[in-house]
Amino acid sequence: MAEYKTPTSEPEFHANFAQIKPRMNNTEALFESSRCLFCFDAPCIKACPSGIDIPQFIRQINTGNTTGAARTIYEANYFGNACGKVCPTEVLCEGACVYNLQDVKPIEIGRLQSFATREAIEHNKALFGPGAPNGRKVAIIGAGPAGISAACELRSLGYEVDVFEAKSQPSGLTVYGVAPYKITNEEVLAEMTYLENQFGFRVQYNQPIASRRELEALEESYDAIFLGIGLGATNPLLLPGEERHNCVGAVEFIEQLRMRHHQTAVGRKVIVLGGGNTAMDAASESARMGAEDVILAYRRGKEEMGAYEFEYDLAKGVGVKGLFNVAPVEIVGNGKVEGVKFIRTATLHGQVQVVPGSEFVEPCDMVIKATGQAKQTQLLSLIPGLEVDNRGRIVADARTGQTTNPKYFTSGDARNGGAEVVNAAAEAKATARGIHKFLAGKY
Amino acid sequence: MPDLSINFAGIKSPNPFWLASAPPTNSGYQVMKAFDAGWGGAVWKTLGVPVVNVSSRYGGVNYRDKRLVGFNNIELISDRPLSDNLREIEEVKKRFPNHAVIASLMVQSRQEWHDIVRDVQNAGSDGIELNFGCPHGMCERGMGSAVGQEPEVLQTIVEWVMEVAKIPVIVKLTPNISDITEPAMAARRGGADAISLINTIQSIVGVDLDLFAPYPIVDGKGSNGGYCGPAVKPIALNMVKNCAQHPKVQLPISGIGGIENWRDAVEHILLGASSVQVCTAAMHFGFGIIREMTSGLEQYMSEKGFHTIYDMVGKALPNVKHWEDLNLKYKVTAQINEDKCIGCQLCYTACEDGAHQAIRLQEGTRVPEIIQENCVGCNLCSLVCPVEQCITMERRDDGTEHLTWKERTEAGTIPTEFNDERAGGRHHWVPEPAAALDKEKHKTLPGKARQYAQTAAATATATVTSSSG
Ligand SMILES: Cc1cc2nc3c(=O)[nH]c(=O)nc-3n(C[C@H](O)[C@H](O)[C@H](O)COP(=O)(O)OP(=O)(O)OC[C@H]3O[C@@H](n4cnc5c(N)ncnc54)[C@H](O)[C@@H]3O)c2cc1C
Ligand SMILES: Cc1cc2nc3c(=O)[nH]c(=O)nc-3n(C[C@H](O)[C@H](O)[C@H](O)COP(=O)(O)O)c2cc1C
Ligand code: SF4
Ligand code: SF4
Ligand code: SF4
Repeated sequence: MAEYKTPTSEPEFHANFAQIKPRMNNTEALFESSRCLFCFDAPCIKACPSGIDIPQFIRQINTGNTTGAARTIYEANYFGNACGKVCPTEVLCEGACVYNLQDVKPIEIGRLQSFATREAIEHNKALFGPGAPNGRKVAIIGAGPAGISAACELRSLGYEVDVFEAKSQPSGLTVYGVAPYKITNEEVLAEMTYLENQFGFRVQYNQPIASRRELEALEESYDAIFLGIGLGATNPLLLPGEERHNCVGAVEFIEQLRMRHHQTAVGRKVIVLGGGNTAMDAASESARMGAEDVILAYRRGKEEMGAYEFEYDLAKGVGVKGLFNVAPVEIVGNGKVEGVKFIRTATLHGQVQVVPGSEFVEPCDMVIKATGQAKQTQLLSLIPGLEVDNRGRIVADARTGQTTNPKYFTSGDARNGGAEVVNAAAEAKATARGIHKFLAGKY
Repeated sequence: MPDLSINFAGIKSPNPFWLASAPPTNSGYQVMKAFDAGWGGAVWKTLGVPVVNVSSRYGGVNYRDKRLVGFNNIELISDRPLSDNLREIEEVKKRFPNHAVIASLMVQSRQEWHDIVRDVQNAGSDGIELNFGCPHGMCERGMGSAVGQEPEVLQTIVEWVMEVAKIPVIVKLTPNISDITEPAMAARRGGADAISLINTIQSIVGVDLDLFAPYPIVDGKGSNGGYCGPAVKPIALNMVKNCAQHPKVQLPISGIGGIENWRDAVEHILLGASSVQVCTAAMHFGFGIIREMTSGLEQYMSEKGFHTIYDMVGKALPNVKHWEDLNLKYKVTAQINEDKCIGCQLCYTACEDGAHQAIRLQEGTRVPEIIQENCVGCNLCSLVCPVEQCITMERRDDGTEHLTWKERTEAGTIPTEFNDERAGGRHHWVPEPAAALDKEKHKTLPGKARQYAQTAAATATATVTSSSG
């Protein structure tokens, strides 16, 4: 393996993590946009969780109205640029494009979307502004896609908005989680700056809300509180040896990669545990960081993996190998990771069963656990009357996003249990409207 | 192997493809290069009086990602000295004795015409083309289309030319006229050997949205130019057909206008042209396109069993009728091939908004359904459908009846008032006007609106109306 040399500098890092959806130039955008059929009741719109009027913005690009295209996109989705690059378009808009039925390449909707919004961002086109102040204040916890989208929408409705963010940068997992070959930090943050300039909300960084006292302060000073806190750290596996050095959580590993780039340490032989999209990302990323061998180990068969097929293809494309029907039983090693002891499994009537006596040790010097993110139950338990379902998701009204504590609203991963950026952005926009409706009723 | 050579009104050429009088034939260098590449003939860039050209000179019409589907120019005739051109014509003819070199001419007085005709004959030209078409610049000086639009004047000038011409004379017609056969007949009366058409159509190809000036822009200003390129082919074909069908024209026709490949050329030929001329395509893609044109033509002729060009000239003319001679009893309606349909629903909106509301959307599938009773067989849906052979027009009459408007007129059975039982519109289904309101509420509302739209069903009903009892 080792198709990639371990990057030792910023340029080398960028070369290894070249964008898989690079920016279109004007000619590409013209050619691609000219192919759109302008379908009636377009299936691509229906497939977009944020309901962007796709044929409309594509036609706007084609007629040279790129600014109008950006407006169309942002009207539906404040993460327009990021979504164009990080959305699983293969299963959303592009997957629904009618060209698929003709075995013709679907319209590259994602790249066109980023093309138009990027233009607007770079030229700082003033497309939106805050609405007339209505004298009400909303606090937002978390500056991820959910929190920022809610902030934009609330500002456009005239609310004063303060965002409290635990980390030092906005956009949540878009900058701390998404794979770097999908989008660069600069690009994510440029969109954040653009939105902040347009709408003028305030973000207080390095401000985790963690105590009842802090929550009380918010409850007193604000008319409503929006919870955009996402999920938590990687779930523990509860396996012996998990504490060994170089056995890390995927979310933590990826965050380090996003923040420290080539300064992130990666093993020579890496085993990634899990079969979801995060596992695919972690495996791809390890390979691009120059690991000699990367093995994706999953409890069930290949077909049963939760990851999108194109994500698995992406990982395979950089040399990642799959190891299926194996369950880890122990992280072996002496102080630091030296391998994973697996036991073979078989799926019987949908249930994973271990094959007795089939244990073996697969040597490695790094283990990445991509076995799901924990929920922020500790924080949520501090909010009186807030109901959480049996999977740790905040219970909220489907239309308004209001939780069982009427002052609290929520959207994004914290509510849907973990989905995509586009879901968080779309839900949060609707929830901001829900807050407006709730507060307007109280005027 | 089919024989591509032609003898056009006495001008011999190894194939029917000529370069039209235009920038590609501005010099001996270009014409030699073109002949070397395989062109059969060239009509030299028009020679005449001293002129001065402007810059810029060309404007383009781009459609979506396609460049130059239409093209225009505000260029004048050759701005090179006549003597240089004559010397080069001589040189080309020496190297290519079997290729057609036709001198295009445009001057004013009888004497000037006599002089220049003699000059180009002496230089060895195989023929002469009279430029009565230029729609800008020259017409203000009483030449070009100013002549082409006055059949009497045109005829007189042709007569002047014929007084001295010893080689075939072609008259090139302007399309900037309501009936192209008028100047064509005048050319014949004047004694011309052939006609060529069309010259460019007076046009403005676009306006600069920032400078508020038409293209092409000369120091912030512009002028109407002459339109050509693929976009003008339909106009050219119709004019070629009009001249070819007219009993008082009866002259060989050189077809010009929008010819870019062998198919375009064959269309001109099937409607009566026996040589074809190309300008824009050669300017756009260079002389190399001739290889595709000749090979395509050869292949077509072999497949159809045509041995010479003359086997196919005018082959489509018998099928071009007057409207009144078309069969009113022939009936087709649209048919959707469900397996091919990709569900874009373009046919639905086209018929709904642009035709006769004869397509409905169906629950549970994106394949629309034709409402046969409402379909008038207009063809629109099949034209907008992006999938080949997905919507076809199927014959619904039994083929036994044949009745034309002319026959009805003669039989005295044409309707004379709208509520006549025999009038067309009376049996057409149209929905109630009010059914249009809220009709498309079921459409996925984009963006902001989507999440808050009430899902109120707004399937308005339509009823059959009849204009009287
Ligand atoms: C590894 C990985 C890869 C992914 N790749 C993609 C992808 O390619 N495409 C895609 O569309 N989606 C992807 N996702 C999913 C996507 O990132 C999330 O669905 C989306 O970011 C959810 O947005 P959110 O605002 O709900 O939560 P988050 O993005 O998690 O944002 C929550 C924010 O709240 C802050 N916060 C949390 N608690 C507190 C607190 N108590 N006080 C203050 N601040 C707090 C956090 O610091 C964070 O900034 C990926 C996720 C992961 C984990
Ligand atoms: C099918 C069809 C029928 C038309 N019928 C009429 C008509 O009855 N009366 C009229 O003045 N123009 C008629 N027109 C011409 C249009 O009004 C318009 O002038 C022409 O199509 C050019 O505009 P466009 O190319 O932008 O569509 C018709 C055009 C089409 C395509
Ligand atoms: S489905 Fe494809 S072709 Fe149709 S409107 Fe959407 S992008 Fe355009
Ligand atoms: S236009 Fe053609 S492909 Fe599109 S919905 Fe209609 S029949 Fe189907
Ligand atoms: S042929 Fe014309 S009337 Fe019939 S379905 Fe198609 S568009 Fe409608």
